[in-house]
Amino acid sequence: MNKRALPLWLGVFFKILVFVLAASGLAQMPIFKRYYIADIPGLGWLAQFYVTHLVHYVAAVLFLALVGYFLGRYVFEWRLSGRLRAGARVRVFLFAVIIGTGAMRVAKNLPDVHFSPTTTMLLDWIHLFAVIVLGLTALGLRLAGRGGYFIRR
Amino acid sequence: MYACRDVNAPKFPEPKKPFPKMYPDRVPVQDWSDKREVADRLTPYNWLYIQRAHVRYEGEDWDINIPRRCLHCRNPPCANLCPWGAARKLDNGIVRIDDRICLGGSKCNKVCPWHIPQRQTGVGLYLKLLPSYAGNGVMYKCDRCYDRIAAGEIPACIEACPFGVQSIGPREEILARAHKLAREMPGFIYGEQENGGTNTLYVSPVPFEILNEAIEKGPGRPGLARYPDRLEAEADLSGAMLIAPFAGVAAGALHAVRLARKNRSEGGDDE
Repeated sequence: MNKRALPLWLGVFFKILVFVLAASGLAQMPIFKRYYIADIPGLGWLAQFYVTHLVHYVAAVLFLALVGYFLGRYVFEWRLSGRLRAGARVRVFLFAVIIGTGAMRVAKNLPDVHFSPTTTMLLDWIHLFAVIVLGLTALGLRLAGRGGYFIRR
Repeated sequence: MYACRDVNAPKFPEPKKPFPKMYPDRVPVQDWSDKREVADRLTPYNWLYIQRAHVRYEGEDWDINIPRRCLHCRNPPCANLCPWGAARKLDNGIVRIDDRICLGGSKCNKVCPWHIPQRQTGVGLYLKLLPSYAGNGVMYKCDRCYDRIAAGEIPACIEACPFGVQSIGPREEILARAHKLAREMPGFIYGEQENGGTNTLYVSPVPFEILNEAIEKGPGRPGLARYPDRLEAEADLSGAMLIAPFAGVAAGALHAVRLARKNRSEGGDDE
């Protein structure tokens, strides 16, 4: 992302949202209590399934609004004066996979929508796998000094 | 209850022993395989039991027997919050746990208002993955004899009940019959609203609040409290999730257009 075009607080807010989504998403698996993470003061909520589910949904609403905002600015502004880095394209693709599978899982959770167990399992696995790959990709790009999304022409 | 056991016996777990050592030590082993005869609570080998309440209501003594099993919620938390898709709701309203997929994390038990699913350690998919570090068996509960229903039969408990007090059918029909029965009794209904509505309805001549006080409750022994729909907020947020990206795109586009106009006017001033 062009840092000059985006206020610092918005970039930080985006990162916090991604972190909250990752933490509350991983907490959907019953692992944080098993491995004592929820015993750490302040992290007890990670073992409360209804809380983590609600946090994941609320964070997803904010995240989608922010992604929409970035998309609007990219289409009408940023793409006219620059381009996405190669590493950013990979991350955008992974975000799209995560959003797509997440949206399908949200649809499945509506009272009158049912998917087959295989479909649901595939959605969950792809969603989780894409998050892990995204985290590793972002870390690798940051270490390589290629953390930004956007370069001007 | 015994008909349920007989019919569903092929579905019961046959765990391998000794169980894999699990880490950390706090992970509980739950083994019912040597206590298959337990009949006064829900277990992986007992998906239905009779809960008894002796109560006094409006000057009369009542002995109420309540068949207790999974209520098959209309919006089941076990299915919606299962991270693997092992618990799921079928098109006919039955909620079942697929024992081939379940890892036995017991999340379904914790999020179920009645804590119905029961765990058996030493069986299932987790044994083939990381048995010491993830998973702990398989969760079991009433599957409403889904296979019998698919074959055009009725659940074993309904077929075996000597008093014919249970019936099965489309929810609207059963709900209408429950209301008619409640008017005639007069009585009270449980399951119409609880946890957003269940596909099991009880009709009792005694209010369920009184029954809830009288019955023995605890692990494997569900209560009869009036539980609210815990997933209602998520259903509302699903709508917000649909709107959020479009609102974001509109805001981003407006911002970009406004910036472009500002830049143009500043450029014009320079000339």
